[in-house]
Amino acid sequence: MAASAETTLDLVEAPIRVPQPPAELERTPLVANGRSFGWLSNRVASLIENKAPGWWWVLFSISLLGLGLLIFCMSYQISTGVGVWGDMRPAMWGWGIVNFVWWIGIGHAGTLISAILFLLRQRWRTAINRAAEAMTIFAVMCAGIYPLIHVGRVWYDWWLFPIPNANSIWPQFRSPLMWDVFAVSTYFTVSVLFWYMGLIPDLAVMRDRSKTKARQFLYGLFALGWTGSNRAWSNYEKAYLLLAGLSTPLVLSVHSTVSLDFSVSQVSGWHTTIFPPYFVAGAIFSGFGMVLTLVIPLRSIFKLQDIITIKHIETMCKVTLATGSMVGYAYMMEFFICWYSGDPNEAFHFSNRALGPYQWAWIPMILCNVLIPQLFWFKKLRRNLVLVFIVSILVNVGMWCERFVIIVVSLTREFLPSSWHYFRPTWVDIGTYAGTFGLFFTCFLLFIRFLPMIAVSEIKGVTPQADPHNPLGGAKVPQFVHEEH
Amino acid sequence: MSAIFPKWTNQLPVKVIIGAVVTGSVVTVGAWYYLTPKYARVGYQPVQPVPFSHAVHAGQLGIDCRYCHNGVERSWYANIPASSKCMNCHNQVLKNDPRLELVRESAQSGQPIPWVQIHRVPDFVYFNHAVHVDRGISCVECHGRVDQMDEVYQVKPLSMTFCLNCHRHPEKHLRPLDKITDLAWKPASPAAQEAFGRKAMKEWKVQSLQTCSTCHR
Repeated sequence: MAASAETTLDLVEAPIRVPQPPAELERTPLVANGRSFGWLSNRVASLIENKAPGWWWVLFSISLLGLGLLIFCMSYQISTGVGVWGDMRPAMWGWGIVNFVWWIGIGHAGTLISAILFLLRQRWRTAINRAAEAMTIFAVMCAGIYPLIHVGRVWYDWWLFPIPNANSIWPQFRSPLMWDVFAVSTYFTVSVLFWYMGLIPDLAVMRDRSKTKARQFLYGLFALGWTGSNRAWSNYEKAYLLLAGLSTPLVLSVHSTVSLDFSVSQVSGWHTTIFPPYFVAGAIFSGFGMVLTLVIPLRSIFKLQDIITIKHIETMCKVTLATGSMVGYAYMMEFFICWYSGDPNEAFHFSNRALGPYQWAWIPMILCNVLIPQLFWFKKLRRNLVLVFIVSILVNVGMWCERFVIIVVSLTREFLPSSWHYFRPTWVDIGTYAGTFGLFFTCFLLFIRFLPMIAVSEIKGVTPQADPHNPLGGAKVPQFVHEEH
Repeated sequence: MSAIFPKWTNQLPVKVIIGAVVTGSVVTVGAWYYLTPKYARVGYQPVQPVPFSHAVHAGQLGIDCRYCHNGVERSWYANIPASSKCMNCHNQVLKNDPRLELVRESAQSGQPIPWVQIHRVPDFVYFNHAVHVDRGISCVECHGRVDQMDEVYQVKPLSMTFCLNCHRHPEKHLRPLDKITDLAWKPASPAAQEAFGRKAMKEWKVQSLQTCSTCHR
């Protein structure tokens, strides 16, 4: 008792000395070069307010051509029938499903970044979440096209949904394909809501800065009368948290459900319990690959290096490395279980994957998904933007091959050897796939042209100035008041 | 903001929402009523080449359905009789009636009368008359009181719902086999129907078939 009193006294009398933390514990600020709030607003808004650069028009024209190709291929397929695709018995699922799974996988990074990283208080997410969420939405749109057109008679698409009808029948609720409809449509709806809600304060910024009537009207319309009052911000934060909570399970559930399309069936190579986690890891892997592919050129062209710093790129590389290794683990586990189960069909199937006629897809799958991301163990390589950019593209090449291997190899080598055949895509398959890139980039280019691609209001919250404990931050007490006390 | 949006726009969202709800409801209810077979098909009564009256033949004269549609117990198809069958009676009855001109001509030449089909199921539906008629489903279930119609028209929607309503509860529709063509027959009471239906299902091995391939083969 006495001892403690003495200590307290000592403390009171002696001046408090707080030693500076060692330099290696100092965190790199998330916004480099001590940029001010004004600089951040101006920089992000200028991307929209300035005239569209020449390269934008070039890329936009190319993307529009791609979109035209998509519309042409879809019209041809819808008017002629699904027979124009390369799907042929027994492989009734071909590129259509490969591309569906591929695009929906890419869509997973957005929600992971915006929801899970938000709940985990990963503050670096603010620099990239807006663009990643936009990417998610556009990727899910590209993915959603395939289930809708692969049914052949698109005018019956509404049968996918449980709508009361004159036939007194319902969709098969026990089918994973049905669950897929719910999973993907929920995912799309929640992603759009989340993205739009996050946009509201920034739309208000754009409205207030707008010079022309049309812009004021449009930004004003979508800003929903945002005033930036305390009450508005408090509601906004609450809603954001709720939506983040809602989206978090979706990150895991959507691709799990997609994987059930396969694993619920009896086809060898599909009928495994590892599929849901393995698909989710693969989805996040490919999603981060796509984010890197988009963000690396954008930050250089738009001079956003102070907002999307090299630290951000490095962190995303680490996520890519982690998820890529999980995918590699799943590949190994598939081979192990195939050996361990002693099932001759599985054994044939997996040796056929690696050594069969589709070896050309299996080798890049292993290379791009498992081996090449291992480069990211090295800090020097994570900071080499050219290398990271190339690897990020290879990631999605590898993930496309993975879906192709899973779907086509299993189906073309089914239980009845007399049905075996070699899958060949038609020009419509290729055109539709190329066309979805047109749709994706058309949407994305419009997004970076007309909407703030960085969450301005959020990025300000992670600057040193916003931190009340930082010498630069907090509400400043006027100096003379301080001295009087 | 008032510089951008005039004051009256404050009420716009509410108006838009109300408008959307009203439009949506009207479209839904309208489609539900006007676009389903209950409305779209029931009442179809094309003009036939010969004004044949079922009310006279099956009703007043009491000719059994199977006198003309004689294949119905053995075939998937309830056949339209050849004109020669009409002539069994009409070579003596009303033998010079101008309304029967086409029938006489057809019977002589062998060219069938171009009757217009009324009750149709789509091409992707397999329907077998014999299996229904031979297991206690009366003509009246799908065709209504043909014995009271001067010219036949469609009474039931013949939609998938219509088929399934019976396939899901056959016991409500089965009747004694000698009452199949007695279109006026009614069960003594719903309870009696239920009891007879259950017994008939068991004895005649009537199944509640609802798999896709029952009808879509």
